[in-house]
Amino acid sequence: MFKKLSNIGDCGIVCDFGDEVNQKINSNVIKLFHHVRKQVLKENLKGILNYTPSYNKLIINFDLQKINSSTIIEFLESVDFSQLSFSQNKKEWEIPICYDFAMDLKNISKTLKIDENEIINIHLKTIFFIYMVGFIPGHPFMGDLDSKLFLNRLKTPRVKIPAGSIGIVEKFCNIYPYESPGGWHIIGRTPTKLFNTKDNSNPCLLSPGDIVKFKSISKKEFENLNNE
Amino acid sequence: MNNNFFEVLRPGINTTYQDKGRFHMQHLGVAPSGCMDQKSYLIANKIVSNQNQEGVLEFAYQGPLLKLTKGKTKFSITGNVIFKIIKSNNKTINGECNRSYDLDEKDQLDILATKDSVYGYLAVEGGFAVTPFCNSISTLSRANIGPNNGKKINLKDKVFFKKDRQQKNNFSINVLSEKNNVIRVLKGPQFNYFSKTAQKEFFSQEYKITNLTDRMGMRLEGKGLENIVSTNIRSEGITKGAIQVPEDGQPIVLLTDHPTIGGYPKIANVISADYDLLVQKIPGTNIEFKYIELKEAEEAFKIYYDKISKDLNNISILK
Repeated sequence: MFKKLSNIGDCGIVCDFGDEVNQKINSNVIKLFHHVRKQVLKENLKGILNYTPSYNKLIINFDLQKINSSTIIEFLESVDFSQLSFSQNKKEWEIPICYDFAMDLKNISKTLKIDENEIINIHLKTIFFIYMVGFIPGHPFMGDLDSKLFLNRLKTPRVKIPAGSIGIVEKFCNIYPYESPGGWHIIGRTPTKLFNTKDNSNPCLLSPGDIVKFKSISKKEFENLNNE
Repeated sequence: MNNNFFEVLRPGINTTYQDKGRFHMQHLGVAPSGCMDQKSYLIANKIVSNQNQEGVLEFAYQGPLLKLTKGKTKFSITGNVIFKIIKSNNKTINGECNRSYDLDEKDQLDILATKDSVYGYLAVEGGFAVTPFCNSISTLSRANIGPNNGKKINLKDKVFFKKDRQQKNNFSINVLSEKNNVIRVLKGPQFNYFSKTAQKEFFSQEYKITNLTDRMGMRLEGKGLENIVSTNIRSEGITKGAIQVPEDGQPIVLLTDHPTIGGYPKIANVISADYDLLVQKIPGTNIEFKYIELKEAEEAFKIYYDKISKDLNNISILK
């Protein structure tokens, strides 16, 4: 259940679920997100343009010509959280990763004093939960990594990181869908495409609330999958 | 498909296909996009008898030079734009905004510059023949989303349009432009992160719009604002018009192609009624922010949209 509702501008509402970042709070955010989205797609709630879940907040944006904030607040206050389901919208994914493309594994091993293979093992064993997708199209923020692997961002972010690169920072793991700048520690690369601009019905592979496990592949397998 | 098209002889700056925007996708990292100045967009379509959701070409500072290689059309240009029509017999017509013109095969349309403004719009009768992605033809060039492989219009591209000219008459709309440099805002979610002095300074000082301004954001320059809580917040969803303040204390207004989530504190949010006015301000302009309450912002929006609807209905046939 959210703790506070407030305005962000004249065409946005923030549902605030509290300050902590954990899977339980985030699951509630995502439950509400699915509920709002469903009501919008069923046209029970007209004029809503976007609904953006993050770690501990859901932001709803709307068209002021069609609806205003008090109507949305009324709707949100009437939501019965005990009736909302989470699991039916959740998908599980196995994403191939090739650790040969790690740019930072050696440095991480030195900084944390953990053997490279052990770092890979911990990463492969982790069942990741997608807290949110965003910043750029298809980009997932996943957790929770074993605290043994906690790292801060790179002091100097890289100007260019190849598409498909997989990075870690603090308890989170991400995948860069496009070549972009970035400050995460890169531990491998996936040939899986996260966002397909040719697919109108389902362009984005991963959704908030999905579960991800990684599967180690060789450089040769990477190249075969990448050329598909 | 119809084979009517323009050939691009000069692409102009930041020329892209845009419409109302692409919605229901921000949770997947896709920004809304769409025309920066929605008022000029609506007028452009109305003048050439299009549905109000039809796609147009948006350009910034300098527009394209287009040659009508095949077909005949009717077009309108809106915003505050200097352009000319070069007929196939080399006769030149100096164009006026907010009215329609006929264009015949081999004619050229030279969109020279926007005047004291950033964005201009080109609409053709029936619309451009491009394929929508997720219900919109808006281009998000940063992520290669939209027509033309998500890219800006380039030299030698072909710009196809759906059908030949059908409407016999030409139309015009009398649009009054606003010259106000005061932008009204609501308090942002992290307003209290800033010191009392900074809160006062934000509403009393003039901000200069810098050159680091594009469809994604507008960087401002003024006296730095003091943050007394934290210069980072947990990343949260972004709303168009949000004014974030990073560590250096200089505000950035997030615009139509904003990132979907962000982690800087937001001191304020531009009201919807003043958004079109703001995005048309050129770098170097000094602006001020005025604080208002939500109720006033909603009322201001109603007044603004009633005014646009009135303009749209005030369309007249050119003799």
